Amino acid sequence: MPEITFREAITQGLAEAIESDDSVFIMGEDIGEYGGAYSITKGFIEKYGDKRIKDTPISEAAFVGAGIGAASAGLRPIVELMSISFSLVAFDQIVNMAANIRYMSGGQIKVPMVIRAPTGAGVQLGATHSQSFETWLSEVPGMYCACPSNPGDALGLLRTAIKSDNPVIFAEHAHLYGSRGEVPETYYEIPLGEARVERAGDDLTLVSYGYGVHILREAAEAMSERGIDCEVIDLRSISPVDYATVVASVQKTGRAVMLDTARRNGGAMAEIVSEVQERAMDWLDGPIMRVGSKDVPWPYNRGLEQDILPTAADVVAAAQKVIKF
Amino acid sequence: MEQAEKPRISATGIVRPAFTGSAPQASSNNGFDPTRSQSLSESIDNSELLRMYRLMLLIRRFEETCGQHYSLGHVRGFLHLYVGQEATGIGAITALEPRDYIVTHYRDHGHAIARGIDTNRIMAEMFGKRTGLSKGKGGSMHIFDVAKRFMGGHAIVGAQLPLAAGIALAQQYMNTDVVTMVFFGDGATNQGTFHETLNLASVWQLPVIFFMENNLYGMGSAVGRVRHRGSDFSDAMGAYDIDVVSVDGMDVLAVREATQAAIDNVRAHGSPIFIEAKTFRFVGHSFADPGDQYRERSEVDLWRRRDPLSTYPKQLIEYGIATESDFEKLSASVDDEIAAAVEFAINSPDPDLSEAFDDIYA
Repeated sequence: MPEITFREAITQGLAEAIESDDSVFIMGEDIGEYGGAYSITKGFIEKYGDKRIKDTPISEAAFVGAGIGAASAGLRPIVELMSISFSLVAFDQIVNMAANIRYMSGGQIKVPMVIRAPTGAGVQLGATHSQSFETWLSEVPGMYCACPSNPGDALGLLRTAIKSDNPVIFAEHAHLYGSRGEVPETYYEIPLGEARVERAGDDLTLVSYGYGVHILREAAEAMSERGIDCEVIDLRSISPVDYATVVASVQKTGRAVMLDTARRNGGAMAEIVSEVQERAMDWLDGPIMRVGSKDVPWPYNRGLEQDILPTAADVVAAAQKVIKF
Repeated sequence: MEQAEKPRISATGIVRPAFTGSAPQASSNNGFDPTRSQSLSESIDNSELLRMYRLMLLIRRFEETCGQHYSLGHVRGFLHLYVGQEATGIGAITALEPRDYIVTHYRDHGHAIARGIDTNRIMAEMFGKRTGLSKGKGGSMHIFDVAKRFMGGHAIVGAQLPLAAGIALAQQYMNTDVVTMVFFGDGATNQGTFHETLNLASVWQLPVIFFMENNLYGMGSAVGRVRHRGSDFSDAMGAYDIDVVSVDGMDVLAVREATQAAIDNVRAHGSPIFIEAKTFRFVGHSFADPGDQYRERSEVDLWRRRDPLSTYPKQLIEYGIATESDFEKLSASVDDEIAAAVEFAINSPDPDLSEAFDDIYA
């Protein structure tokens, strides 16, 4: 299998969609002539033209809303937010329009739209640019939320998201764009709500998504050196959540640590831990531990920011606590 | 339609004629000009003139009936009545073709009726019944009928504007001649989405009609208290190079003719137009608001004297288009339709509790 970067996987998924479906178009800030803030759509406007690749004003509420309108009228827009932090400016459109409109219309309207956005902290952008609002949006019924951790999953999930007749938040952790991974040459899709067992193990279940999976892999290595055999589960989407896979793993291991790279307080794992303990209480040998970023606004200073972010050592510390039970 | 003498070049370099609306006499003097030809309207035939009257009456009676059933506890939630604004909605919406889209705000029953949507299903939605347009899950503020290209019913002030821009963008993308008309009130004009959408529509030259129903009060706030330019919108769109047509919203024919001219222009040129109709709600903002805390009774009375349901039938009689007996028959048929709608709503089942989980995902 060829190895490509996460960025190349997203670019490939977008190009495929543009080339195979006339109703697909992409819009966002500086995605055209500039080539995209993260160079995802570099060269697209030259190749596909400004009808399919639309540069928008810095006007998130308007162009996200316009995407919803275009989707409700039969097109399949892919809207890029330069950062998921900027979703706040368009939150009313995302929640009240994209997610609620189908329900409020009694099922008359569908919104086949993907909102792609880089997410996550770690590059000293301060409080306004480092947030992970996919965790907030994952609570909203009427839309889905995909959070790939590697190039192969990114391509498979993006294909599914673009074909979905529902709005999908596609959260791409900015740390991952340069990371490499194998991507099958034959066409495949990955369903939303289907987790992947990244590493099988019998002693302890580790669960995360997106960049968090890389932290878990490192933690699992460290635990392995201490004789603890970890199972690492990559959720791949946090709406819907593949509870069956997580619960089955917890029933096997009896112990779990779950990681958000978002803030721990109110992160996706707050909900998931609660649900899993209800479903798997009889199999648990100790509390399900939760690791996340510390509950402060994101600081600029590198030392401060790194201290806020969760690390493999934090996961190991949590794992050791639960193993002592 | 009046064509401009000199073309204008927008910021995007697109050349288009300036739009000045319909002939001046159409938007003045309440649309009633005895010096005009014998026909009340040169462009609208008599049966359509009568149909417009019937629809206005249908809205008035529908709204009064909703109010009664709100008091009885059959209709709940927030109820925003369109009483007084009928001429605006009817004049605007009857000018559209079936293929055109409508997006509107939460004071939406009048627009739905103007579009010819089944009153049984609107009333059933008011009652929260399974037979309602949204199966009882939308309510008064969220009326949708996609088969009629009626795309809601939106209850966050100004939020419907980007949606309409997107529907218009889809028409441009698919190269149709479909026009999208979006309604909003004076209250929406201070929202960011209003300014953002005007900019987007202008930059992308979208085939959309921004139809402002200026009823002079955003809930209890007079427009002059909350908007820098007060109620004067005549040159407010200059920054976006969007032509503004101001029309008397109490004059159904003036609204119809101005809107028709705007629709023709948008269909031909694809660029946006802004229509401001000055109108007035005779009742409170919602059923919970008596409407007398922030307006003088004399102001309400002044507008009530211009009630289109009084002035328009007089015109129809004066021009020999209808007689008192025609109105009696129309009134009886409207009463029958409303009574049937109420009966339909009352006799319809509530949604099954399991239906709360339907229609979340496609």
